[in-house]
Amino acid sequence: MIPQSPSKSSLPNTLEHRPEHSSQSPLSVHAMTVAYHKKPVLWDVDYDATPNKLIAIVGPNGAGKSTFIKSCLGLVPKAAGLVEFWGMPYRRARSRIGYVPQRESVDWDFPVSALDVVAMGRYRHIGWCRPVSRKHKQVALECLDLVGMKPFASRQISQLSGGQQQRVFLARALAQQADLYFMDEPFAGVDAATERAIIEVLRRLKGEGKTVIVVHHDLQSVPEYFDEVILLNMRVVAAGPVREVFTKENLHKTYGGRLTLLSEAAEAVARNEIGV
Amino acid sequence: MTPGTGPSSIQDVTDEWPAIAEIIETITLRAGHNTNMVIAGTTLLGLAAGLIGVFALLRNRSLMTDALSHATLPGITLAFLILGAKSLPVLLLGATITGVLGVLCIQLLLRHTRLREDASIGIVLSVFFGAGIVGLSYIQVNAPSGSGGLNHFIYGQAATMQPRDVVLMGAIALAAMIATIFLLKEFTIVCFNDAFARVDGWPVGLIDLLMMALVVVVTVAGLQAVGLILVVSLLIIPPVAARFWTDRLPRLVIIAALIGACSGYTGSVVSALFPRKPAGAVIVLTAGVFFAISMFFAPRRGVIAITIRRQKLRMKIAGDHLLEFAHDLGETMISRDQYLGFAKLHAWSKTYTAMVGFSLARDGMIERVNQGGITLTDAGVRRGNRVSRNHALWEQYLVSYADIAPSHVDWSVDLVEHVLSEDLVLELESALRKRGVVIPEHTIVGGR
Amino acid sequence: MFFDIGLDLFPLLAAVFAAVSCALLGNFLVLRRLSLMGDAISHSVLPGLVIAFLITSTRSPIAMFAGAAIAGVATVVLVEFVKRFGRVESGAAMGVVFSILFALGVLLIEQAAARHVDLDADCVLHGQLETLVWYSAPDSFGGLFTLQTLQQTPRQVKTLAITLILAIGFVTLLFKELRLAAFDSALATTLGFNATFLHYLLMIFVATATVASFEAVGSILVIAMLICPAAVARLFTDRLGSQIICSVIVALICSIGGYFSATILPSAFGIDAVNAAGAMAMMGGIVLAIAVFVSPSHGVISRVIRRRRLSGRVALDDLLAAIFRATEKGQLQPTRTELQIGFAHANLHRTIQRANHLQLVEPIGTQQVRLTESGMQAASEVVRRHRLWEHYLVEKVGLAPDHVHETAELLEHLPPRPPQGPESDPHGKVIPKGFS
Repeated sequence: MIPQSPSKSSLPNTLEHRPEHSSQSPLSVHAMTVAYHKKPVLWDVDYDATPNKLIAIVGPNGAGKSTFIKSCLGLVPKAAGLVEFWGMPYRRARSRIGYVPQRESVDWDFPVSALDVVAMGRYRHIGWCRPVSRKHKQVALECLDLVGMKPFASRQISQLSGGQQQRVFLARALAQQADLYFMDEPFAGVDAATERAIIEVLRRLKGEGKTVIVVHHDLQSVPEYFDEVILLNMRVVAAGPVREVFTKENLHKTYGGRLTLLSEAAEAVARNEIGV
Repeated sequence: MTPGTGPSSIQDVTDEWPAIAEIIETITLRAGHNTNMVIAGTTLLGLAAGLIGVFALLRNRSLMTDALSHATLPGITLAFLILGAKSLPVLLLGATITGVLGVLCIQLLLRHTRLREDASIGIVLSVFFGAGIVGLSYIQVNAPSGSGGLNHFIYGQAATMQPRDVVLMGAIALAAMIATIFLLKEFTIVCFNDAFARVDGWPVGLIDLLMMALVVVVTVAGLQAVGLILVVSLLIIPPVAARFWTDRLPRLVIIAALIGACSGYTGSVVSALFPRKPAGAVIVLTAGVFFAISMFFAPRRGVIAITIRRQKLRMKIAGDHLLEFAHDLGETMISRDQYLGFAKLHAWSKTYTAMVGFSLARDGMIERVNQGGITLTDAGVRRGNRVSRNHALWEQYLVSYADIAPSHVDWSVDLVEHVLSEDLVLELESALRKRGVVIPEHTIVGGR
Repeated sequence: MFFDIGLDLFPLLAAVFAAVSCALLGNFLVLRRLSLMGDAISHSVLPGLVIAFLITSTRSPIAMFAGAAIAGVATVVLVEFVKRFGRVESGAAMGVVFSILFALGVLLIEQAAARHVDLDADCVLHGQLETLVWYSAPDSFGGLFTLQTLQQTPRQVKTLAITLILAIGFVTLLFKELRLAAFDSALATTLGFNATFLHYLLMIFVATATVASFEAVGSILVIAMLICPAAVARLFTDRLGSQIICSVIVALICSIGGYFSATILPSAFGIDAVNAAGAMAMMGGIVLAIAVFVSPSHGVISRVIRRRRLSGRVALDDLLAAIFRATEKGQLQPTRTELQIGFAHANLHRTIQRANHLQLVEPIGTQQVRLTESGMQAASEVVRRHRLWEHYLVEKVGLAPDHVHETAELLEHLPPRPPQGPESDPHGKVIPKGFS
């Protein structure tokens, strides 16, 4: 492999390995490496999502959980690897993908109401240059209702509590009417009512045959809320059904140290700026 | 700089007031063609700048526009040097080119060096402007005559506005309005949450570019009227001022455009009526007045409104404490000594104590009796009950749920008992019951 | 003539003093991400100056400094006020405050002009260095060292000299406190150095430097010198001490270089001199542009060189490993064509030449090559590292065996040593013994 031009070297290999990924899978990630400022954060990740499941991504801080989602969605450039959705590249599958970013990623003092934010989920359906019609507003309102936020529709978003803001984001994702959802830490710092609302929404989505991938930080609730789990720490330690994969041993592998050498190597890659 | 030889204190300067008739004529656009041109031009400029400034503000690009406007100067001088003549379109084209170049330099510095945004903006601003100053001084001493007007791009000279400039302003204002009307949705989603917009399939780079292009056009058009140092304030101040009045983006855009237009209008009218009032400065100061008024007097976000709200809450909490105190004593009457003792315990000043009493009385919680003592009304007793109960509930909750409480609560413990909603109280009760905690007795006398 | 004492000495001194004092202070502005506060203050000092001038009707330095210091602190306080109570983002808050104050200044200057007071707004921006001509200057440098020189030094130069001394005193005496406050202001406050107080003190110094400079060199040079030297120094060093020294050197280069390129260079071409302050600001930009390319630690060129050197080493390692693998398969003298397969680097022949030059590889005929003794050692070390890494990645990191080759290929060239492992790698190949 040539460090200078990773694309050249990884291409033949990816083609060679393609058949092992199914085109039925809503998300298949092959040999994905991601680096921030040349420092690898995800190293050679392989993953295939099972359709119609609630999937949690767990791992320690800095394990690359959010990065995993962001690079799947093309928000963070990949150093190497291939991501496909139902066997298609991201560009063609985009209309079937929904996204709930981290709550801290936006300015909540922005001059829009809760309903306006949810209506953003409809923009793709509305298209360029057209205003949000009554029909789409109605859909947005229904989505707000699903998360129990209908009474707050006209509130400016800074006047909502943290949990309520999270529910607005969730409603926006619902309004996207996608088949595959990525949610970045939706449970972080929310109240009990919001947690219940999110879980209800997740189950409803599953009931509608959709797949949801959630970055999660609370290990205790994983078996209760999710069907499958990805244990992530710079690479996929284990992935699969919760009862098979969510074992003490795997968790120890994910959270226990033992990777000092790998992260040292990542530092060296960053220092030498050779790129991965 | 030489010391003044004229009158020696600031009060001595008095501008003669123009006649009322003249004022009315100017205000109603009857003061002659030239004046009207200037007024129309600056009003349109203010409108366009306020409109497009909203998106620059929401995208956190306010100071980027400052660098942009400073970076136009070398372009103006270069265009003049190359063409050797003062043709406005050519000068503005030069301004646009170096202005955009400056913005690109900022992006390059941010991407390829360890310098932060503030330093990158400052570098581009000062270096480009320095280059422009060098160019200006070169032109002044070396170039043929006819170059005197270039200085006006720094501080602006609205009075030189020609009909075609007004047409240009009008076209720009129209373009900004059309873009805002048709692309409001796209601009909003990119400004609010660009990552989401990208995932949703919008070409974020293209939309960003369009917003920036409008900013560039407005900046360049404003150079002549208000000058490159102050044009940026037309982009920043109206949106910031408008933000105090509304929480809705469409209204924000309209209000900002109105404030911009009013500032442009007022500035040029004042400058036409009084001698030695440069239009650019007056326009900006007018916008500044709008800003000050908005910041202090806006109904919800204004400083005064916020202060009053805060005071009210403090009063309510202090009153609650007093009612709770009465409840815990089991009394409906508090003597003067008890009252003052309570005030002393909470380190209330005399005025504050009086204010608390007053606000409680106004809310019908207490009645005053003789010798400075107070009696609680029924409402006051009920309120005291509720606060006391909430307090107890909260304490119980913290005791029995201390391990999970922090993730469920984001208020400070002292204040929480006063702001618990009915829902939360019910949730607290059921949570505590589940744990088998004995809940303080429900002593509320009817009502809730 | 190259340097005319009467024409050039005082302007140059004024420029140097102003540039160095600004550069000293600018280090802390850049570190605290407050660069634009310097910009804001140098704009909003204008009304302070004019008001001080209008009230006292003199240009006494004390009144001027008082006006400027008050305006400077007022700017900081107002920005903070707008930010906190108006819930406005800090860039916009600065923009609002300084542009309103600057507009006020421009308006007041016009009022002053009505009273035949010559306060030129242009001069505030780009200064009037050329007015600092010394008519009774001595002919030679020897004649400078008299009391008369001191007496005839223009007020502006004296003011700037005092500012420079103050700035040096401020930075050296409070170096440790300023560093702490720039790095972690909360910690500084808990340790008993009031970070807020230091912050305001710094701002007062910036305002002072601005007002001391404005008459001679103008506020544009102030902004440039507050930011550019410190920014250049940031690109060269990671230590605050050396950063400050570096920024002073840059300020000297900018002021002296800028001055000469504005006055002497044009006259060589028979053109009149151009504005020196602007030229100095431009010089700052040029130095920065050069620094972006040539800085040894953070520059673009050194990065490219480092990368090329590394890629040369990687190519060499890969060549040795390729021959070693061929040798393992029993082919002791592989041909160039065989080696070309799987050799991902640009030029196989040049790599072989280099390896030959280093006596690691020797050619046999025109087509075949083989490893020398030292080449054998180096090659087996590379392969050993590669296979140990593969072992580690499979066993400890848990990657699939068919995925580890590429990662190991990358890691084998890097400093961290793989942990010891068994005799064979995950693909069943023997891990060569280390020679060292």
